Amino acid sequence: MLTDWLSPDEWRAVALSLRVSFWAVAASLPLGIFTAYALARWRFPGRQLVNGIVHLPLILPPVVTGYLLLLTFGRTGTVGRFLDEWFGLVFAFRWTGAALAAAVMAFPLMVRAIRLAIEAVDPKLEEAASTLGAGPVRVFATVTLPLILPGILAGAILAFAKAMGEFGATITFVSNIPGQTQTLPSAIYAFLQVPGGEPQAARLVLIAVAVAMAALLASEWLGRAVARRIAGR
Amino acid sequence: MTLEVRLTHRLPGVALDLAFDAPAGLTTLFGRSGAGKTTVVNAVAGLLRPDAGRIVAEGTVLLDTDSGICLPPHRRRVGYVFQDARLFPHLTVRQNLLYGNRLAPVDEPGATLDRIVELLGIGPLLDRRPGALSGGEKSRVALGRAILAKPRVLLMDEPLAALDEARKAEILPYLERLRDEIGLPMLYVSHSLAEVARLATTIVLIEAGRCTAAGPAANILSDPALAPGMGLREAGAILPARVAAQEDDGLTRLDTAAGPVWLPRVPATPGTALRVRILAQDVMIATRRPEALSALNVLPGRVVALREGEGPGVMVQLSLGGAPILARITRRSAAALGLAPGREVYAVLKAVSVAAESIGGG
Repeated sequence: MLTDWLSPDEWRAVALSLRVSFWAVAASLPLGIFTAYALARWRFPGRQLVNGIVHLPLILPPVVTGYLLLLTFGRTGTVGRFLDEWFGLVFAFRWTGAALAAAVMAFPLMVRAIRLAIEAVDPKLEEAASTLGAGPVRVFATVTLPLILPGILAGAILAFAKAMGEFGATITFVSNIPGQTQTLPSAIYAFLQVPGGEPQAARLVLIAVAVAMAALLASEWLGRAVARRIAGR
Repeated sequence: MTLEVRLTHRLPGVALDLAFDAPAGLTTLFGRSGAGKTTVVNAVAGLLRPDAGRIVAEGTVLLDTDSGICLPPHRRRVGYVFQDARLFPHLTVRQNLLYGNRLAPVDEPGATLDRIVELLGIGPLLDRRPGALSGGEKSRVALGRAILAKPRVLLMDEPLAALDEARKAEILPYLERLRDEIGLPMLYVSHSLAEVARLATTIVLIEAGRCTAAGPAANILSDPALAPGMGLREAGAILPARVAAQEDDGLTRLDTAAGPVWLPRVPATPGTALRVRILAQDVMIATRRPEALSALNVLPGRVVALREGEGPGVMVQLSLGGAPILARITRRSAAALGLAPGREVYAVLKAVSVAAESIGGG
């Protein structure tokens, strides 16, 4: 099986990557849906600014994002110190930090996919639901959410794949500690730094390609499901 | 069982400033596109907040800008049938129908699912999804969904406008049944005089954001002064009638206040109440009972009023045994016949001039 084929070090990197990516997506999904909804439906001052900030990690060099995370969420950073003192939550040089970096880097992809799904829902359907006695929360839960669910899944899968591949911000923010913060890409990088490490790196590369490909196919398929669902067939 | 509306609202093209009451039955808001009719129903539904106004449905204040009351749409219990149906695509027809029903107060009386399904003939559709329905079927489901939410009033914004003539003919009888059997005030927006004449209990005329006339349908439709505003070719009064007998030669005899009227076969059993729309341009006037004439219906009556327009025509209001009818003739004919209020005349109506879609349930 996979555990026989991979060495313990390699397996540890894959397992850590899966854990980091899962938590990165799971924890950021509610905020992602909220942000996508706000950007798609609300007109508020500073909307373009929020849109810009959400997309920033897509454009900034990842090392810059990682450094900014280190400044804010590191042990001496303002937010990092606060979370440590009040909740005992430490990001710096822990797997949680890798998850945070992955979440931030994947956030724009997630928000884009969900926002597209929300924009495809006709607000007139939501109006119709409100005249039938549904309050705003119920309208969202019974009309908007079911219609955008495939879009949310597509966004989550895309974000998961992005999180699996995150390297620059992660290594800057939480370094490359085997078993702690050494994710799949960090491990590939580390193997490539030692002589004779290429076969190990190649195996991990295969895994990375497979995960990315599967995610892309799944999100394409789910995107078509949104369209079908909105057409009501 | 009434709806009281008073509102002012400034739109880009038109300034709305109107007030009217909609009693039980079906009240049509009739006017040209852009007159502000949809804005009125949106304000009643709470989808639009007017600059100022007061809307009361069955004693409940939905909006009163003076005292700062503006209930959100979901607290108004106002049913809304949109022109584009707006069924939820991810739900089946049954789930669509029950969407509002589940949110309505349980102790409130209202039609049951079975009754509405039967009334609208949508039983075979219950497990389908909206994407698989025809336009007419969607309209009926949308109607049922709105009624099942147990609304205080039912709003309909041109529910037939997106349908072709055949589909309209399919829906109209259902709307008549709803009007007659569900005791719910209905506000119906339309720019089709044919629909209005067929369905309306009360008519509110809206022109450029203002209410120019309002009253019982029979009075408004037979008012010669209002005819030009409704379109001269389309103007026509409604004659209440009752099916008396089906005759052997394919005609149906109707009893009316004006006496017996024969029309081409009306598919209804004797005793059925009908309303027959008689277009003003289909009515001829004679001062003596004409003989050797092909027209079957020669009805004695009296001239009530004449109204001259800017063109060569005159709109004449006749009373046929108390039933008001409009006739559109030329000014020259009116002068030649010496028509004046009070003059005894005969109205002549070709049986075949009354189209099937002009005959509705009364």
